[in-house]
Amino acid sequence: MNAVPFWVEAVVALLLVASGLFVVIAALGFLRLPGFFLRMHPPALTYTVGSWCVALAGTLYFSMLEGRLALHPLLIPVFLAITVPVTTLLLARVALFRRRLAGKADTPPPLIAKEGGEERTRP
Amino acid sequence: MSPLLFYAIAFTLGCYAVACVMVLVRLLRGPRAQDRVFALDLLYFQAMLVVLVTGILHGSDRYFEVALLIALFGFVSSAGMAKFILRGEVIE
Repeated sequence: MNAVPFWVEAVVALLLVASGLFVVIAALGFLRLPGFFLRMHPPALTYTVGSWCVALAGTLYFSMLEGRLALHPLLIPVFLAITVPVTTLLLARVALFRRRLAGKADTPPPLIAKEGGEERTRP
Repeated sequence: MSPLLFYAIAFTLGCYAVACVMVLVRLLRGPRAQDRVFALDLLYFQAMLVVLVTGILHGSDRYFEVALLIALFGFVSSAGMAKFILRGEVIE
């Protein structure tokens, strides 16, 4: 256990505060925006800026605290970069599919409208 | 730990708490099922951030593994719920 210098603590504090502010902005957008497709955008702030700020702060702080290079907090944003698009894409397809089922007028049609004369229902 | 970092961590945790309450309101109010699933996914993620910041507060590496597990379970559950709404069953 080493003593962490003050400038490192200042940088870590700055990164954490930035992450907190971005997460609040994202949650506010998620709460206030009308419509599901609009609401899908603000959480991307949390998934990218929020997680990267916290991971960088953790990397810096634990590297200085333990006196060795501690890169493991960076695993989390890398892992999220793989998993979050899958979830988001699935949920977007869910919303589009249910909208089509509800028969809203301004819904875009499927890219492949007909397949062998049979109506294609999968989104 | 200097008071600066301590108060910064307290402020960050307070921000996360406010954000969690906002997302919880959307989870309870969300007009359709996909809104609720997305809100649950975001809540999982904010809980993971809380765990990470608590790890920095206590100066312990152990919290990192908990955060990784929460992220993993959040992904699996959100993908499973989205698949269930989409197709009516999780594994076909």
